[in-house]
Amino acid sequence: MIPTSFDYTRPSTVDEAVSTLRAAGEDAKILAGGQSLIPVLRLRLAAPSTLIDLGGISDLVGIRSDGDSLVIGAMTSHAEVAASDLVRQHAPMVAEAAQSIGDPQVRHMGTFGGSLSHADPAGDLPSVALALDAAMVVAGPEGRREVAAGDFFTDHFTTVLGADEILVEVRVPKLAGWGMRYVKFNRVAQAWAIVGVAAAVRRDNGGIAEARVALTNMGPTPIRARGVEQALAGADADLDALRAACETAAEGASPSSDVTASAEYRGHLAKVLSRRAVAAAAGL
Amino acid sequence: MTRISVTVDGVQYQDDVEPRTLLVHYLREQLGKVGTVVGCDTSNCGACTVMMTGTSGRHSVKSCTVLAVQADGREVVTIEGLADMNGGADRAGRLHPMQQAFHEQHALQCGFCTPGMIMEAVDLLEANPDPTDEQIREGLEGNLCRCTGYQNIVRAVHAAAAATRGAEPEPAPEDVVPGPQP
Ligand SMILES: Cc1cc2nc3c(=O)[nH]c(=O)nc-3n(C[C@H](O)[C@H](O)[C@H](O)COP(=O)(O)OP(=O)(O)OC[C@H]3O[C@@H](n4cnc5c(N)ncnc54)[C@H](O)[C@@H]3O)c2cc1C
Ligand code: FES
Ligand code: FES
Repeated sequence: MIPTSFDYTRPSTVDEAVSTLRAAGEDAKILAGGQSLIPVLRLRLAAPSTLIDLGGISDLVGIRSDGDSLVIGAMTSHAEVAASDLVRQHAPMVAEAAQSIGDPQVRHMGTFGGSLSHADPAGDLPSVALALDAAMVVAGPEGRREVAAGDFFTDHFTTVLGADEILVEVRVPKLAGWGMRYVKFNRVAQAWAIVGVAAAVRRDNGGIAEARVALTNMGPTPIRARGVEQALAGADADLDALRAACETAAEGASPSSDVTASAEYRGHLAKVLSRRAVAAAAGL
Repeated sequence: MTRISVTVDGVQYQDDVEPRTLLVHYLREQLGKVGTVVGCDTSNCGACTVMMTGTSGRHSVKSCTVLAVQADGREVVTIEGLADMNGGADRAGRLHPMQQAFHEQHALQCGFCTPGMIMEAVDLLEANPDPTDEQIREGLEGNLCRCTGYQNIVRAVHAAAAATRGAEPEPAPEDVVPGPQP
C-alpha cells in the first residue's frame, strides 16, 4: 500500500530539527532510516502530518571515542556500527547485536538511534544498551539531557522521549576487562529475536566478580535479570555454577505468547540463552 | 510536492514527487525503470533491491522501504544500469558478470526475485570478493526465492566471484543421473 500524504522537511542541524518538530505539533514524526517507520506508514498504521528527516544532519552520523565512553551518533547505520573497529574493541556485543538485525539491506538504512527510539520489545539494541548502562543524549527545546538506558524504555514502542525531543547520540561506557556477548534466538532468516540475551561479565581470581544480564522480548521493555546478576557475583566460573545462577532468568519477566512462541517457552529460552551468553562472555 | 535531484543508472533527474512516494514507485512509474519489481508489502522479499549511495559509500537497499525524497542528492543503480555501473562502457551491450553467471548457472526459474537477488549479490561481492557458501547464504538473507531452492543462486555467486577475480570458475558438479551402475 501507499502511505497517506504528509509534509516533508529535511533540516540540516539538530536545533533546526527540534524547532521544526515543536512547530509541527503532536502529529509530526521523526524519520531516521525508515526501516520501521515506512512499513508502518505503508500499512497505514500511522498517518503523521509531517515527517522530519534527520538524514540531512551529518553531525548525527559517526562513532567516536570520548574518554571512558564510546559515542555513537543516532543516525549511524547498523552496518556502520557492526563494522566499526572502535565498537568491536570497546563494546563488541553492540557490533554483534547490530550485525544480527534483519538483513543487509535493512542494516544499510536502519539506524542505531532509530532502533532505540522505536523501542520494539523484540529489537536487539535496547537490551544491549540496558546491559551496558548506556546513556541516551536527548535534545529538546530546553537543550540537552542525558537519560540512563534503565529509565529510557517505558513500555512497548514507548520511551521517555517527549514529542519535541530527538535522540542525538548514545554514550556507551567502555568496559575494560569485561567480556560480553549478545545471543539471539530465532528460527528463520531475517527474523526478529524470539528471545535475546545481552551479557557482560568481569572475572576476577578465577571466578566471576560482576555480571550484567539484560533480556530482549521478555516483556514490553528490555529488562535486567537482577536475580541472575546477584547469583553470579562471586560465583565460580564453571558451567554448573552458571547454570544454577541462570535458573532465575525469567523471574519478574512478563513475556507475551504469540505465533512464534508461548510465554512459557520464552521463559525457558531466557534461562538457556542467559547461560549461553554468560558462558561466552566469561570465556567459558 | 518536493523537488528531488537524483542520479539513476548514470543519468541525472530533477523531479517533483509527493513525499509519500516510495523509491520503487518513483523508479517504475516516473522513470519507467520497470526492471525493479515489488514482491511483497512487508519489506521482506528483497525483489525491489537497488544500490544507493549513503554516508558510507554505495550499498543495497530495499527500494520499497525508502522514500523517493530520501534519495535526493544520491546515486541509485538499478538492475537496468548494472552492466554499465562503474563506467563499464567496455561492457556496452554485454551483461554484468553477475547477470552472466545467473544466466549460465540457471540461477532463476520464474525470474521474479532475480533483479533484487542480483543487486544484493553484487553488493555482497563488493564487500567480500571471495565468499564462502555460508557467507553467500547469509548475505542473501534479505532476498527470498520461491522457485530455485537457492542452490544455483549460490553457485552463480561463486561463478561471478571467480570471473570478477579473473579466476577459473569451479566446474559445476555433474548432474547425477539416477539409474543402474554399469
Ligand atoms: C525486514 C526487517 C527486519 C528487521 N529485523 C530486525 C531485527 O532482527 N532486530 C531489530 O532490532 N530490528 C529489526 N528491524 C528494524 C530495524 O532495526 C530498524 O532499523 C529500526 O527498528 C528503526 O530504525 P530506523 O533508523 O529505520 O528508524 P525509523 O523507521 O526511521 O524510525 C522508527 C521510529 O523511531 C523514531 N525515531 C527514529 N530516530 C529517532 C531519533 N533520533 N530521535 C527520536 N525519534 C526517532 C521515528 O519517529 C519512528 O517512530 C527490521 C526491519 C525490517 C524492515
Ligand atoms: S518489495 Fe518485498 S522487500 Fe521490497
Ligand atoms: S526464480 Fe522465481 S522467485 Fe526466484
